[in-house]
Amino acid sequence: MGHTKVDGKPNLKIRMKHRNVDRYVFFALALVSLLTLGTIIYFIFAEAVPFLDKMRLVPEEQGTTSKWGEHFTDTRLGDLFTSTWRPESDREEFFGTLPMIVATTVVTLGAMVLAIPFGLSAAVFVGEVGPRWLKDVFKTVLELLAAVPSIVYGFFGLIIIAPFVRVHLDVVSGSNGLTAALILSIMALPTISSLAEDALHAVPNTYREASLALGATRWQTIWRTIIPSASSGIIGAVILGMGRAVGETMAVLFVAGNAPFLTWNILRPLRPITSAIALDMQESVRGSAHFHSLFAMGALLLLITLIMNWTAEWFHGRLLKRQGLKGG
Amino acid sequence: MVIEAREKHGIEAPSRKDSVEDGMASTRDWVKRKFYGETIIDVEDLDFTYSKVRALQNVTITIPRDGVTAVMGPSGCGKSTFLRTLNRMYEVVPGAKASGTILFEGENLLKTDPVVLRHKIGMVFQRPNPFPKSIFDNIAYGPRIHGLRNKKKLMAIAEDALRRAALWDEVKDRLKESAFSLSGGQQQRLCIARALAVSPKILLMDEPCSALDPKASDCIERTTRELAEALTVIIVTHNLQQAARVSDHVAVFLAGGHLAEFGATREVFEDPESQEVGDYLQGRFG
Repeated sequence: MGHTKVDGKPNLKIRMKHRNVDRYVFFALALVSLLTLGTIIYFIFAEAVPFLDKMRLVPEEQGTTSKWGEHFTDTRLGDLFTSTWRPESDREEFFGTLPMIVATTVVTLGAMVLAIPFGLSAAVFVGEVGPRWLKDVFKTVLELLAAVPSIVYGFFGLIIIAPFVRVHLDVVSGSNGLTAALILSIMALPTISSLAEDALHAVPNTYREASLALGATRWQTIWRTIIPSASSGIIGAVILGMGRAVGETMAVLFVAGNAPFLTWNILRPLRPITSAIALDMQESVRGSAHFHSLFAMGALLLLITLIMNWTAEWFHGRLLKRQGLKGG
Repeated sequence: MVIEAREKHGIEAPSRKDSVEDGMASTRDWVKRKFYGETIIDVEDLDFTYSKVRALQNVTITIPRDGVTAVMGPSGCGKSTFLRTLNRMYEVVPGAKASGTILFEGENLLKTDPVVLRHKIGMVFQRPNPFPKSIFDNIAYGPRIHGLRNKKKLMAIAEDALRRAALWDEVKDRLKESAFSLSGGQQQRLCIARALAVSPKILLMDEPCSALDPKASDCIERTTRELAEALTVIIVTHNLQQAARVSDHVAVFLAGGHLAEFGATREVFEDPESQEVGDYLQGRFG
């Protein structure tokens, strides 16, 4: 008894020490990633704020003076959400970001309309209905699809999809919102299918057995048990796919048409937020209103994705609560 | 009514193609008369393989309509597999194959539609597996998939099923709560109620108490006894005492998926025919 104690004590001490070292290392690493995220958010907003500031987010009484010339002080925050985008002009500059916001909305929704049904039915088919080997093939194909660089999707859209859309839908230009939505749907598909399939896979087999043993058909089991049980994961998959579509730049830049005019028509050339930033960044003078306006749009994009992530979290939490897996 | 149904389903005089088996059939008739009035399931030459492994070999057994039949045996003897052939639940495992005949209501159930079959033969699993839904929705699941929408009728069915599973008094005020808020034993009784809600003729129970404490097990056992008044219960258990307490008939499987003995529980326990079964029942192995 006493023997083991003597043997055990120093060992234990060393181990405790090591454990603490491990803890500090992991804590430091976690801190680094947190800091990185914080820095990104800080600088995006820091560069965006001068623009919003000029837009009189800060009341005039506090004495803000214009760096950019007389005409600009008349701009108000509300003007951000107007329809004219003319950042570099000899006469008067307009910073209406509405065309870009609408374009991003139209293109993303278009992509989701295509990608959600395809992505989810593929996940259900492969995960629940199809044979085992198909699942392996499918997973490999999805990983390949996800690994294709976005510029390659851009080429593909420009050379194959754009002419196809132009000829078959009889529109002036194949570079339009629909082409961008098609490309984005292909790009979001791996995310949606793969994560949705994971969510279905995570449903315990006992649920399937319970449902089948009650005389449910395979479809009833899928619709009434498996999909509801996996719904938080499925919603997460859709939101992440949507995040991919909202944030995608290169492929969209190639095929969206890039016309900064306000329209809800998906068959017109559109300029989503990401394209606008990518296109204008080299042209804008550093520190100018134009420059800061691009950061403001970037901040907006960041906010959209953050809100989407929070929504996903909220759905997840609500579901856990309803299933009684979480207190309350 | 009963006799009519019996004639309709050809249970007393099953029409068999091969007359070679007449001798076998008459032996079984004798067994039937000796132990019980009526047969609900008639298994003949059942073989079962998982991929290439044989799990059951030449199992021939007639399961009585009345009372509880316990299926026992050491681990890996195929008793759970046997239970799962009766409602075709083995089909969820790829590569599983059953051959032979299992006569139920005049038809070989290995050749019928498993969905229809499972309406009539319910199942309770080793671990309680309620759906992540409310208590009420768990019970309404079965009737709903069969097309029942009427809320009042669903409620009546739920109450009846919960009463029969001896759970009603404990949950009647919290039917809307998650099934996961119940204790393990309550969850298992909920699973029994869920199976009862589609009014099956047979209830299969696959070691229903293996994940429960003795008190909860006792409650399930008493519930099982009461259920056997109205339907046929076939229960797999590796617990000898439980089989002795709960069953009227007992089938003992031994290694390799052979049915070693079948008869009234008391007789099998007191005077087993083979030495091996005797050893098993005395707890020498298992």
